[in-house]
Amino acid sequence: MRLNCPHCGARDSREFNYFGDAKTARGDDFASTYLRDNPIGEHAELWQHVSGCRAWLEVVRNVTTHEVISVKEVGQ
Amino acid sequence: MRYSALEVIKQGLTGNKGWGPIWRTPTPKPAYDVVIIGGGGHGLATAYYLAKNHGVRNIAVLEKGYIGGGNVGRNTTIVRADYGQKANSAFYSHSLKLWKGLSAELNYNVMFSPRGLLELCHSDGQMEAYNRRANIILARGDEAEMLDRNGVRKYAPFLGFENERFPIKGGLLQRSAGTARHDAVAWGYARGADALGVDILQNCEVTGFDIEGGVVRGVQTSRGVIKAAKVAMCVAGRSSQVAEMAGMRLPIESHVLQAFVTEGLKPFLNSVINFGVGHFYISQSDKGGLVFGGDLDGYNSYAQRGSLGRVEHVAEAGMSMIPALGKARMLRSWGGIMDMSMDGSPIIDATHIKGLYFNGGWCYGGFKAIPASGSAYAQLLATGTVPAYASAYKLSRFETGHLINEEGTGAVPGLH
Repeated sequence: MRLNCPHCGARDSREFNYFGDAKTARGDDFASTYLRDNPIGEHAELWQHVSGCRAWLEVVRNVTTHEVISVKEVGQ
Repeated sequence: MRYSALEVIKQGLTGNKGWGPIWRTPTPKPAYDVVIIGGGGHGLATAYYLAKNHGVRNIAVLEKGYIGGGNVGRNTTIVRADYGQKANSAFYSHSLKLWKGLSAELNYNVMFSPRGLLELCHSDGQMEAYNRRANIILARGDEAEMLDRNGVRKYAPFLGFENERFPIKGGLLQRSAGTARHDAVAWGYARGADALGVDILQNCEVTGFDIEGGVVRGVQTSRGVIKAAKVAMCVAGRSSQVAEMAGMRLPIESHVLQAFVTEGLKPFLNSVINFGVGHFYISQSDKGGLVFGGDLDGYNSYAQRGSLGRVEHVAEAGMSMIPALGKARMLRSWGGIMDMSMDGSPIIDATHIKGLYFNGGWCYGGFKAIPASGSAYAQLLATGTVPAYASAYKLSRFETGHLINEEGTGAVPGLH
């Protein structure tokens, strides 16, 4: 699987760290810490390009086919 | 038919014409006392113990595919009881006891082979940590021993003792751990449950719940509506989807875990061996193939296949541990979908909906848990209480703070 980093271009997924569901990854209450929608199909999630530009990315990915639908920098 | 040596001889002399299918293919009845969703190892074991230990006979097991087609047929078949946390230790210790008598209990050879499990240590700190773990295991009455480097060399001479980056300092050996034949476990429980009158309904997918005023009345399925006073979810890997139909949100993410097998080789590996640096574990099946696996791919996935990055990582770890592995050819690899819970431990509990129960979140531990999970879940369904050895696996523990986090990695399912 490759992610198309907006700064570095298409890179192997091993260059990135995964931080889970983008909706809940930054909350600090019970539900966002422990509960997940865990959907089949499209999933918006946080990745960080740790072996590259270190940017935080919001990736929309199909978790059944592993197709990457979109990648954008968080906050952009 | 009861299987025995005499029966094998009798059938052999009469042209093997007497062997029949080992469970029926019934049509769904309109109503059951208990409906179990999921015909995997856990669901079938639950049905078996519910009928056997609690006398409930009007039970259906609904399986969307076929028996043995899910995770029960996709794992690396390891059975062990070497956990450090009190709750896990009590549970898997009980499970290992049930494994020992399982073939006789089911009158079906599940080929449980207590060939031993060795966990390697590669630093002084790791030796200390495993000494502590071994003492925890001994203190609760189970069996473990610590080997030093020479002990490991004697036990498994083919390991990479020349590896200077990750020197082998010793290891924790649990001689009573081992492997079992995964398909036989599913078939044995299915046959046992069927003989006690349980209806096993294959190709029967649950598409919704009938819930009125907070009480479950039954399920809608691809084969029609089935009423039931009690409905038991048992679908690890797809728990979030099934629970969502009942309006529940779970502390679970689904991740893919890969496994690999080589071509058949002559007897080479005498036990299950876990690498202590990378996540890598290996055993040799009775057919001769080396069966091994590593870590999760690390991101949410429902694809029953994994990424090449993980294949490379697992191969590297294997070569570091057993250099001779490089001579074997890998035959195939596959992936299974894990219910990864937020603390790495499972859930066996009633839900907030009356009559609806949940069993899931098994992470990597599902296969070895089957007998204990089935008997605990059966008791919950029959009596409303969970036996002491599984009583910590509450759904509410994430809210109350009673987490059972073996690895101490926090609420990051991909790291357990």
